[in-house]
Amino acid sequence: MEIVIHTDKLTKQFGNFTAVDNISFEVEKGEIFGFLGANGAGKTTAMRMLCGLSIPTSGKGLVAGFDIEKETEKVKKSIGYMSQKFSLYEDLKVWENIRLFAGIYGMNSKQIAHKTDTLLQQLGFESERDSFVKSLPLGWKQKLAFSVAIFHEPKIVFLDEPTGGVDPATRRQFWELIYDAADRGITVFVTTHYMDEAEYCDRVSIMVDGRIDALDTPKNLKKQFNANNMDEVFHQLARKAQRTDN
Amino acid sequence: MSLYKQFIKSNQFLSFVKKEFFHIMRDKRSVLILLGMPIVEIILFGFAITTEVNNSKVAILDPSNDKATLHIIREMEASKYFNVVKRIHSTSEVETTFRRGEIDMAIIFGNNFNEKLNHAGGAQIQLVADATNPNVAVMLTNYANSIIIQYQLDQIRHQQLPYQVKPEVKLLYNPSMKSSFNFVPGVMGMILMLICAMMTSISIVREKETGTMEVLLVSPMKPFNIIIAKAVPYLVLSFVNLITILLLSVFVLHVPVAGSILSLTFVSVLFILVSLCLGLLISTISDTQVAAMLISGMALMMPVMLLSGMMFPVENMPKPLQFVSHLIPAKWYIMAVKKIMIEGLPLKYALKEIGALCLMAVVLIGISLKKFKIRLE
Repeated sequence: MEIVIHTDKLTKQFGNFTAVDNISFEVEKGEIFGFLGANGAGKTTAMRMLCGLSIPTSGKGLVAGFDIEKETEKVKKSIGYMSQKFSLYEDLKVWENIRLFAGIYGMNSKQIAHKTDTLLQQLGFESERDSFVKSLPLGWKQKLAFSVAIFHEPKIVFLDEPTGGVDPATRRQFWELIYDAADRGITVFVTTHYMDEAEYCDRVSIMVDGRIDALDTPKNLKKQFNANNMDEVFHQLARKAQRTDN
Repeated sequence: MSLYKQFIKSNQFLSFVKKEFFHIMRDKRSVLILLGMPIVEIILFGFAITTEVNNSKVAILDPSNDKATLHIIREMEASKYFNVVKRIHSTSEVETTFRRGEIDMAIIFGNNFNEKLNHAGGAQIQLVADATNPNVAVMLTNYANSIIIQYQLDQIRHQQLPYQVKPEVKLLYNPSMKSSFNFVPGVMGMILMLICAMMTSISIVREKETGTMEVLLVSPMKPFNIIIAKAVPYLVLSFVNLITILLLSVFVLHVPVAGSILSLTFVSVLFILVSLCLGLLISTISDTQVAAMLISGMALMMPVMLLSGMMFPVENMPKPLQFVSHLIPAKWYIMAVKKIMIEGLPLKYALKEIGALCLMAVVLIGISLKKFKIRLE
C-alpha cells in the first residue's frame, strides 16, 4: 500500500515547552486516520506541521511524498483543509465560495464550472447555488465546507474537529461524505472530540503530553485496553496526562 | 519576477480580489464608510467647520451721530463679518447686553467724533469684544480696526495730502482667506489614512476572527500574495476617494488644484502605501475587529486630527508634541499636498516631505512583514 503521510521523530518545541514529542507514524492512501488527544496534547501543533504551517524543531515528515520542511508549497498543493472554526465565507454565495477556493488551488474556470454542477447535484444543493452561505443550516455548511476542501482532488484532507456542534444525525451524514472521499482514494486525517466518531476510523492514534501513546484499529485498541468502547480507551490514556490545558 | 507576473495573471489572484470586492460591497457599513465618509467630511469641513467669523452681532453706541460715525457704521453693516443688531444709548448698557448674549462685540464712539477727528485730533472709539473665545475676539477687533483705518485713509486722500502711507496687503495662495484651503489637504490625509489603514486592518483581522485565515494559510497561496490581493481593492477605493475629494474641492468648495495633478497623485500613492503598511501592522497586533478599529481610531484618527497641523499649527505646539508630530505620516502628506495643490509648487519643493514618507514606508514594510511572518509560526 502507498504511504501518504510518514513522520519520523517529529518534534516541535516552543522555548522549553515540547508541544510535540518525537512522534513517528505512517498513514496509508485511502485510510481514515483518527488523530485523538485531549486539549493541549499537541494535536493542533502536529497537524499544523503536517500542513506546512509550522516548521518542526527536529525530526522529519513527508506528506504526499513531499518534505514538510523544505517543500511546503508542494505539500500545500496536495492537501485539503477544513478547520474547527467554520471555514467558508458567510457573505459569499455557495457557488462563489466554490469558485474562490477552486481558483486559489489553481483550477481553471472550465474545470470549476463543470465540477460545481456535479458537486451541487450530488449534495442536492442545486436550489441553494445562489444562496448566501450564512443562510444555510450548520450541517449543510459543514458538508459544503468539506466538499470545498476536497474539490481540487487533494491526496490528503485534514479535518480539524469538523463536526463540532452538529447533531448526531447530521454527523452521520457528514461521515458518509468522508467514506465516499476515502473510497475515491483520498486519505482522511481527522481530529475529533466525539468518541463515537473514533469508532468510524480505520485506525486511531491517541496523543498524550505530545507523545503518541496508542495507535491501532479501534477494535485492537479496545482489546488492548480491555475496554467496551473508545471512550474508555481514551480516558484510560488521558488520565495519565501530566499537562493541563494549554 | 516572471513568477510574479504569472501569479497576477492567474485565476488565484483574480478570484481573491473579486472576493475582497464582494466582502466590501455586501457590507452596508463598509460601503457607507468607504464612499460616504469622504463626501460627508469634505462638506462638514468645507462648510460647517470654518474658522472664518461671519455675521457677528454688534451693538453700537453713537453719541456723536455725525458724518464720520455714520460712514463707519454703514461700512460695518455692509461687511459680511458684522451685523449691527442693536443701538444702545449709554455705556452701562454695554455689559448687560453682553450678559444677555445678544452681541459679540460693542463699538463705542466718543463725543463729537467727526470734529475731533478732523480738527482737534484724537477722536475716540472703543471696541469691546467677548473674549471667552479669544480667536474670535481677536478676529472681530481686527476686522473692525481695518474698517476704521480704511475710513481714515480715505479721509487723508480726500484732503489731498502730499504724501500718504498706504499699506498694500497681499494674501498669497488663498486670497479670499477661505479656511477650506487649509482643510482640504487635511481631509485628504485623514480619509486616505482611515480607508487604507483602518479598513485593511479590519478586513485582515476579520479573517483571523472567522477562521478563514487558517484556510488561506494552508492553501498554496503565499502569505505575501494574500496581503497584496487584500490591499488591491482598498488601493482602488482610495483612488476613487482621492478623485471624489478633488472633484468636490474644486467644484463645490472652489479650492483649485494649483500644481500638477501628476505630482499630487505621486505623493498620494506614496502616502497610501504608508497607510496600507500601517494597516497591516495594526492587523498583526490585534486579534479582534473591535481592537483593530479602536487602535486605528486612537492611534491614527486622533493624532491626525490634532497633531498633523490640520487644525492647529504645529509651530505653536510645545517641543515634545512637535517631535511627536514628526512621526505622523499624515503630517508630511498634508504639508506636501499644501505645497503642491494649494501653493502650486513643483515636486522638488516637497522633497523633504517625500523623503520622510519614503523612510516611513520602508520602515513600516520591514516591521509589518517581519511581524506577519512571526504570526504564521
